[in-house]
Amino acid sequence: MSENRTVWEVFIQSKNGLAHKHVGNVHAEDKIMALENARELYTRRNEGSCIWVVKSKDIISSESEDGEAFFDPSNDKMYRHPTFYTMPEGSKHI
Amino acid sequence: MQNNILTMTEEKFQIRIDKEEKIEPKDWMPEGYRKHLIRQISQHAHSEIIGMQPEGNWISRAPSLRAKMILLAKVQDEAGHGLYLYSACETLGISRQELVSQLHSGKAKYSSIFNYPTLSWADMGAIGWLVDGAAIVNQVSLQRTSFGPYSRGMVKICKEESFHQRQGYEIMAQMAKGTSEQKAMAQDALNRFWWPSIMMFGPNDSDSPRTGNAMKWKIKRKTNDELRQEFIDKTVNQAEIIGLTIPDKDLKWNEQRQHYDFGEMDWDEFWNVVNGNGPCNKQRLNHHKKAHDDGQWVREAAKSYAQKQELIAN
Ligand SMILES: [Fe+2]
Ligand SMILES: [Fe+2]
Repeated sequence: MSENRTVWEVFIQSKNGLAHKHVGNVHAEDKIMALENARELYTRRNEGSCIWVVKSKDIISSESEDGEAFFDPSNDKMYRHPTFYTMPEGSKHI
Repeated sequence: MQNNILTMTEEKFQIRIDKEEKIEPKDWMPEGYRKHLIRQISQHAHSEIIGMQPEGNWISRAPSLRAKMILLAKVQDEAGHGLYLYSACETLGISRQELVSQLHSGKAKYSSIFNYPTLSWADMGAIGWLVDGAAIVNQVSLQRTSFGPYSRGMVKICKEESFHQRQGYEIMAQMAKGTSEQKAMAQDALNRFWWPSIMMFGPNDSDSPRTGNAMKWKIKRKTNDELRQEFIDKTVNQAEIIGLTIPDKDLKWNEQRQHYDFGEMDWDEFWNVVNGNGPCNKQRLNHHKKAHDDGQWVREAAKSYAQKQELIAN
């Protein structure tokens, strides 16, 4: 019987209203064990109010080496930033 | 994409390192960098795991419920540290199973400090204060290591470590101001753990051939001797405050260097323990093997249960 267990990535919401943040991974045979292992490993000091676990193999990642090319489309669109625009002299609260 | 990867030479890698960029698992890296990391991170992980044994030895004999709960929580943290580090190591393409089997075969090492026995309750104080103290100095500097997963693991571990050293120092302080017998136990623990603790930083830089690459690649950020000096400079005053004496007659403040000078370490003893002949090497490894073997049926049952659940669900 193979000794290799499924690896699950762990995301924790530190408190209500905030986004879940990746904290690491755990080994587990099934989703309940994954949640319980994640609780024991990553929330021993009240770090979380909610945990997500996702099988590592289901995560698709871009490669950091083609980061430049991959993210290129957004480089030349400075008009997406508020600082691009000229506001009339004296205008406030905008 | 393929071209990019192929042209990413060792020089480009070094440029990234010099710019303080973090290297991530899927990035190109020299084979030597990967190997060095696997060796260092796995040794670090195994140390956390084996390190549970000398302290676990006293959980059932802790002198109060408070002391027992603290020690239990501390040992549980160390298990967690081991797991964070195994995870970081696995991102380099080695399996958990392989890591454990390298520990069992003796190919992978763990910190020699854990091959010393814990003879009295004061040893729980000495370990927290000195062994965790030394580990913290090392781990704080490793927060800036160039490998992303290792660095992030260190940040998490450092946050948890701070109570480890304080609980140990508290035990030492209490015993040092207790009865004369208790004070003698504290001093005895300091005597036994001092030298092995300062040797945790490894051989002198002049005898440490791998340091060059590790510093160039920014896997290590400070050399063994720098870290050792930092630890000694911090610790001397802590010993004075609780009225204990560090067992080194050459320990003396050097006004010119603005550091403490200290005596010669016994490297024969160090290598003897590294090479398997310390007081507890066999015991530590056998215990780990037995725990691993005894857990076999649990791992098998969990796997079967998961497979059955999947069958039911589909
Ligand atoms: Fe630790
Ligand atoms: Fe610790």
